[in-house]
Amino acid sequence: MIDHGKIEKNLGLMLVLVMIAISIGGLVEVVPLFFIKGTVEEVKTPEGINMVRPYSALELRGRDIYIREGCYLCHSQMIRPFRDESMRYGHYSLAAESKYDHPFQWGSKRTGPDLARVGKKYSNEWQVQHLIAPRSVVPESVMPNYPWLMSPLDTSDVGDRMAALRTTGVPYSVSKAEYDNNVKDFGADVAKQLHIPDAKKNLIEQAQTGKYDGNAADVTEMDAVVAYLQVLGTMVDFSKFDNDSFVKFR
Amino acid sequence: MSQGNTQSQNAQTTGHVWDGDLEECTNPLPAWWLWAFYFTIIFSITYWVMYPAWPVGKGFTTGTSTITYKNDKGVEKTTHWSTRALLAQDLQQAREKQKPYFDKVAAMPFEAIAKDPQMSNFVASAGKVLFSDNCAACHMSGAQGKLAFAPNLVDDDWIYGGTYDKIQATITGGRHGIMPAKGGADLNDGEIDSLANYVLSLSGSQADAAKATVGNELFHGKGACFSCHGADGKGNQDIGAANLTDKIWLWADVKAGGPADKNVAAVKAVITSGLNKGVMPAWTGRLSADQIKLLTVYVHDVLGGGSKK
Repeated sequence: MIDHGKIEKNLGLMLVLVMIAISIGGLVEVVPLFFIKGTVEEVKTPEGINMVRPYSALELRGRDIYIREGCYLCHSQMIRPFRDESMRYGHYSLAAESKYDHPFQWGSKRTGPDLARVGKKYSNEWQVQHLIAPRSVVPESVMPNYPWLMSPLDTSDVGDRMAALRTTGVPYSVSKAEYDNNVKDFGADVAKQLHIPDAKKNLIEQAQTGKYDGNAADVTEMDAVVAYLQVLGTMVDFSKFDNDSFVKFR
Repeated sequence: MSQGNTQSQNAQTTGHVWDGDLEECTNPLPAWWLWAFYFTIIFSITYWVMYPAWPVGKGFTTGTSTITYKNDKGVEKTTHWSTRALLAQDLQQAREKQKPYFDKVAAMPFEAIAKDPQMSNFVASAGKVLFSDNCAACHMSGAQGKLAFAPNLVDDDWIYGGTYDKIQATITGGRHGIMPAKGGADLNDGEIDSLANYVLSLSGSQADAAKATVGNELFHGKGACFSCHGADGKGNQDIGAANLTDKIWLWADVKAGGPADKNVAAVKAVITSGLNKGVMPAWTGRLSADQIKLLTVYVHDVLGGGSKK
């Protein structure tokens, strides 16, 4: 036994022991989740392709701007398994749907609505109009205006951003072998989007063909944010599953 | 210390004595507190037994409590307690409560739903919720629409048609408004000016008569506007070409009785840039067929702008 007197007279030691004691409380809740099968659901097409994929270069930049502007302060991205939420927002969020999110944007504060399934719910025009001047389409809204999103997007460092996420385990590819692996996991079209050496080219191409800000000529921050918003919650095609397919994972 | 410690003489002490007379009492915990504490222990053990609690290897103790529900396909399942199963049960019960109504929505023709007082009540209340959640963002909360954005659904003017079938098709598949810039022809500014005057004259708005005459020829000739908007300018709902002969404007900010030059400029702007917007998303994945049918009746009859066959 450690002599209690020693701990009480030695503040440094007490601090360390207190931290250990408290972290046990956290660890017993978190650590088992890494081992329990089905914490992160497996969501695949019948052909074995993963439905949930990492963000494309453009979407990733949009996500970074979403974080920069602090959207998470008012918007959650987590539909809880309650009837009212599923009626309003759609199928409850799966853990798998945010497995490539670092950090995740679940949130617990809803001044605005949940955005976990806002993708494809509104047109690009609506998103642009609403981001520039929310009250022009939703008179009772308290969301701030974000007119500066129409400024040009800095595309110079998108490869670095992807490389940083790669270190956390997001399967962006650098080598041919990784690329081929992505083709197997996500299909050829998605694999192309995940290849870091092509990041900038892919980003510009997606912005110009997608016309997210209504203008193909230039690549703006608006392109990135709208591309991100339009993909939220759309990766899993729930029509391929029964309404209770994901019950078994809990 | 003779005054303060009269009570401590009755209480138990730890036996430690400092400075000769400083003792530490060990008063027993209040009984209610102690029993409440024991109760929390019993509660947590009961909880561990009944609900998912302890991780074991790659799984966890699932508990004795179960939930039985029927999924969308009517397959009955029993599983250990979880919030997801609870939701499935909750949705099933809600579905069963609404089933008599939604069965009728699916089975009855549009007109019959609108005429049945009980069903139209259901459409009015359920439709209002669906409309607010899904449609109001663009068409606004009163369905009054928004200039240069989304059409008014309350008036009797329709771009893609206001019959039940057309409204249902619009909600199901979505829409995308397209008008080629300058009619797809190489119109110069003067010609566009003439065309704008002609278009305004179609609805009896103030316009330059001489220019309108030139515009008339361009409309039916070089500009080829007639191929979508019709020779009479009344539009074509099959392809979403607007009726130009009424005074309802969606894309050009034309004000009845407003200054003619501003009205001309507004129409010119639309002709010059064309349209590749007016996108309405398809709702087929997000809403069920019954919900779309219900919304159709809501838009047609509760909002009241629907047109007869």
